Amino acid sequence: MNMTSTVAGIAPVPAAAEPVERSPGFWSGVVRKLMRDPVALGAGAVLLTLILMAIFAHQLVPSDPYATSMLKRLKPIGFEGFPLGSDELGRDMLSRLMLGTRLSLFMGITPVLIAFVIGSGVGILPGYAGGLVNTLIMRTIDILYAFPSVLLAIALSGALGAGIGNALLSLTIVFIPQIARVAESVTTQVRGRDYVEAARASGASPFTIVRVHVLGNVLGPIFVFATSLIAVSMILASGLSFLGLGVRPPEPEWGLMLNTLRTAIYTQPWVAALPGVMIFITSISFNLLSDSLRSAMDVKS
Amino acid sequence: MNTDTQTDRTPIVSVRDLRVTFTGGKKPVKAVNGVDLSVARGETVALIGESGSGKSVTLRSLLRLHPARRTRIEGRIDVAGVDVLAMNNRTLADYRGRIASMIFQEPLLALDPVYTVGAQIVESIRRHERISPADARKRALELFERVRIPSPERRLDAYPHEMSGGMRQRAMIALALACRPQVLLADEPTTALDATVQIQILLLLRELQRELGLGIIFVTHDMGAAVEVADRFAVMYAGRIVEEGPTREVIRNPRHPYTLALMQARADGAMEKGARLASIPGAPPDLANLPAGCAFAERCTFVQPACLQTQPDAVELGGSHRARCLRTDATAHVMTRAATHAPRPLTETA
Repeated sequence: MNMTSTVAGIAPVPAAAEPVERSPGFWSGVVRKLMRDPVALGAGAVLLTLILMAIFAHQLVPSDPYATSMLKRLKPIGFEGFPLGSDELGRDMLSRLMLGTRLSLFMGITPVLIAFVIGSGVGILPGYAGGLVNTLIMRTIDILYAFPSVLLAIALSGALGAGIGNALLSLTIVFIPQIARVAESVTTQVRGRDYVEAARASGASPFTIVRVHVLGNVLGPIFVFATSLIAVSMILASGLSFLGLGVRPPEPEWGLMLNTLRTAIYTQPWVAALPGVMIFITSISFNLLSDSLRSAMDVKS
Repeated sequence: MNTDTQTDRTPIVSVRDLRVTFTGGKKPVKAVNGVDLSVARGETVALIGESGSGKSVTLRSLLRLHPARRTRIEGRIDVAGVDVLAMNNRTLADYRGRIASMIFQEPLLALDPVYTVGAQIVESIRRHERISPADARKRALELFERVRIPSPERRLDAYPHEMSGGMRQRAMIALALACRPQVLLADEPTTALDATVQIQILLLLRELQRELGLGIIFVTHDMGAAVEVADRFAVMYAGRIVEEGPTREVIRNPRHPYTLALMQARADGAMEKGARLASIPGAPPDLANLPAGCAFAERCTFVQPACLQTQPDAVELGGSHRARCLRTDATAHVMTRAATHAPRPLTETA
């Protein structure tokens, strides 16, 4: 029969003398795919620029972002000495926007990162355990989830008092239930997969299954969801600053700048819109990158 | 056909009066109702039946894979001389994969998509043995050569989705053999593969069984596949083994009306154009509400009033061939005229 010949046709391969080097892992494959995606490259470049700007803000700013001038208030874009105009206290907008990157990115990323770590744990446990544990934890989370996130953030910040630390804390609390829900649902799906049963059938303990098979398959999707929350977090943080609950003046932060400039919307609309433009660019870059990440992490594509 | 292979007759798997009841739903579902089965070293037993006949449940019970909270398992299961149902979590984890391991129907789903197959084999080996990653990888490479995966070195670093269906099933078999088990439980290992690949996998299984002296329980609903590998047939219906015997004997001369009907319902063989495919009327009984008598009685063409009264005992038909039926006298020689159409191993003609 022909299949016997195919079987016999495969020459026995001599055993390798030394172990070969490890294959490129899952993450390097993801990076390779992202490098081939123009949208991801564009969004990544924008974010990298913003991060570099945040790190080296003090070296890069053309003039003192805190220096006020009563004579040069609300100057238009391109005014001499003020490439992007000046704000209501005559401070250089370009310098303030650049320095503002720091706090805005920090307020966008930190709460999501903390919530990612805590929320994953809070979600994976009931997802894998199922039953009563699941019901107890998930119903508690649903209660938190029932509040609109903006409302919850404002309420928590208001209750805790103004300040960056409290704003971060309240944002983290807002994101934990959201991430936990995603973590729970992905874990529940993974738990029923054949490879989890196959791992049990080959003697893996529940701890090993969670550590290797559940985490390996679940962290990717949760991470993608978390990156999409960075944009939300930035906007919420800006909102809190806008309400006076987050960053306090004279520190430059985009949300706060938007707030203080709103009175100038009729005199210098373009200058007043600039912080909003920055928030928009940053959040859309995060969103696009998270979309690309999602498709790059789909191993089957 | 496999009578020439020298099989050691001490059973490596011995199942006595196994009963599995799922208690999760409203009514308890009796999936397995008193299965007796024994498998010798180096022997392959095919467990045949339709969906819901309890064949996979029986197989999974051998590794105790059913959720303990919602399952009641009664009877006795001994594998390699150890009582499986008496094991604690620790010994159960040592037993799984090391003494008995399992290959699954759909290798794409049974292999973890985010790890390379090599990494999964290494992990499985290191779970049971204190061995360096390099040595484990060397063993994985040997396994890949053994299951005849071309360019095994490179394939170890492939992800499951990068392999073809047949290759994946070979990798799955390599994974199952990673810790040198004595018993291999195969849950429809060829159902998800196309016909030419099926044959290759079946040949591989038979060869591995001979080389390694494995006891194999092969669950399938595909008679043709079962004939290829099995020394013995065990036909299941409604959670019971209704007929059991040497492959050739059961195929040539099925004595339980259900086996007989299954044989007649096969599509291959000399079917005339325009002829209708024979089918078994009715549906399998509700496992939550089993009849008092023979479970097949209401679909059986040989049924008599006595069949509805009691559960028929196994009737010895000679040569370790037995059937649980009151009408074995009536079913004798029914198949002889159709015997020419009986499935024959492809390898016999090769």
